[in-house]
Amino acid sequence: MAEFQPREITVQGLWKNNPALVQLLGLCPLLGVSSSVVNALGLGLATIAVLVCSNLLVSLFRNYVPDTIRLPVFVMIIASLTTCVELVMQAYTYELYKILGIFIPLIVTNCIILGRADAFASRNAPVPAVLDGLMMGLGFAGVLILLGALRELVGQGTLMTNMDFLLGPVAANWKIIVIPDYKMFLFAILPPGAFVFMGLLIAVKNIADNKMEQVRLANREKPSKGIKRVRITG
Amino acid sequence: MALIRQTSPHTLGQNQTNNIMRLVMMALVPALAVQVGFFGWGALINLIWCSLVALGSEALVLILRKRPLAFYLKDGSALVTAWLLAMAIPPGSPWWLSLMGVSFAIVFGKQLYGGMGQNPFNPAMLAYVLLLISFPLEMTSWFAPQGAGLEITGFTDSLQAIFADHAIDGWTMATPLDVVRENKSLTIAELWLEKPQLSGMTGTGWFWINLAFLAGGLFLLKQKVISWHAPVGMLAGLGIMSLLFWNGTGSESHGSPIFHLFSGAAMMGAFFIVTDPVSGATSNKGRLLFGLGVGVITYIIRAWGGYPDGVAFATLLMNMAAPAIDYWTQPRTYGHRKPKRGMAKSE
Repeated sequence: MAEFQPREITVQGLWKNNPALVQLLGLCPLLGVSSSVVNALGLGLATIAVLVCSNLLVSLFRNYVPDTIRLPVFVMIIASLTTCVELVMQAYTYELYKILGIFIPLIVTNCIILGRADAFASRNAPVPAVLDGLMMGLGFAGVLILLGALRELVGQGTLMTNMDFLLGPVAANWKIIVIPDYKMFLFAILPPGAFVFMGLLIAVKNIADNKMEQVRLANREKPSKGIKRVRITG
Repeated sequence: MALIRQTSPHTLGQNQTNNIMRLVMMALVPALAVQVGFFGWGALINLIWCSLVALGSEALVLILRKRPLAFYLKDGSALVTAWLLAMAIPPGSPWWLSLMGVSFAIVFGKQLYGGMGQNPFNPAMLAYVLLLISFPLEMTSWFAPQGAGLEITGFTDSLQAIFADHAIDGWTMATPLDVVRENKSLTIAELWLEKPQLSGMTGTGWFWINLAFLAGGLFLLKQKVISWHAPVGMLAGLGIMSLLFWNGTGSESHGSPIFHLFSGAAMMGAFFIVTDPVSGATSNKGRLLFGLGVGVITYIIRAWGGYPDGVAFATLLMNMAAPAIDYWTQPRTYGHRKPKRGMAKSE
């Protein structure tokens, strides 16, 4: 069993192996519900909850599940957790539940969750598994919310409309009208717009990675500058 | 003796991209003139503005991609894209509409796929669809054509409509295709009497615009810039479908074949859009099939779809099918037997 490396797990989940930007998993909900901040935040939180709990349960059961039937067992665990989340959302955030619709039960089929269950939780102890679930979930939710914010801004010229659907009456007037009198740019709200914005986000991440790599290389080269390699002949 | 060491093609002159693009632009001039005649100076202002935006956005991306600027700007492909889009959108479109459309066509439709010759979709049609689904109101606000009352005439009026965002409602009118599609109660004869934008066999103005595109297309055919296959395929597809589903002259009629062949973007699509050598099919048989598909889908969208004209959607759909068409219509290489493909049993 691998050593517990919380730092590495965090970096992997949030950046290096980000489920949305690098693994491109769970594209269906990612593109389907990221049309506004509130939708994205709602589904992001639901996914985090399911991911953390399923990683914990899978990790606890990992020594009792025969290898051959592990996937059906994982799916059962994930499905029951998703049902719980769905019922909770139906009880407390009914408007959002109606907007998100089919995408909440579809969390079951989100590849990130099954992927982390099989690739990480079934091989690691509960604590790293929970941390991995949290970080992968945050990585996914972060991209989801960023995409939601971008699409809401470009599509409607606002940010955080209808936040009260998720957070109750406190958030009723959190709506920020960034561009007044904005003509709706429907393309950004429709699914094809999601693909374009997703592509742009991936491009930005790749640019950032390249820049960081260059900086890292430049820093590494500096100290070795003065040392001349001795050529040994003979 | 110094021999020129160069890989093929060894032909000189004629067949260069900028020559072809220049011919295409020349072929577009008659249609542009007719558009100016019927819809006012807006068509020309639009065209100039679109060209500037196209060159600007092309230059921007080329700088970002570290490519030679002059070489790619001179080939004229960005200009042709801009011209096609400018002539496809309403002549009085506000400046931001064309700005958004043209820059999307160049940056997303062409350069992001790798630039000239790499785009799987026709950039102009991609941008047209983007604009149509995003701004349905602006994209269907065509000026009333000359001879239908309400016309816009002055140069400054057009200029104001485009750049000062003046309300253009007073000058606009539904296009003939829209009128026939929306019609539920009148017979065709009554419709023609009642609506000023319908006259002769097709719409006022639209007939001549389509005729001008046809003339330009025939010029391109004569210059061997395009082959006859794709246009014939598309016109045949549209013609046959409209003949089959004509449905008489009652209120349920979808319009006669002549009406369909000479309205909307039919001729422009047939000679300037489906003939795109990059995003269309490559073999002659493939081009015929490609055109046929565009024609049939265009008619389906016109008759039963949600939009008045369907050339852009049809082109994009068939662009997606182009690689498959190419695969299945690859001609036999001389001296070889036809290859067996797909599910055919190998010996």
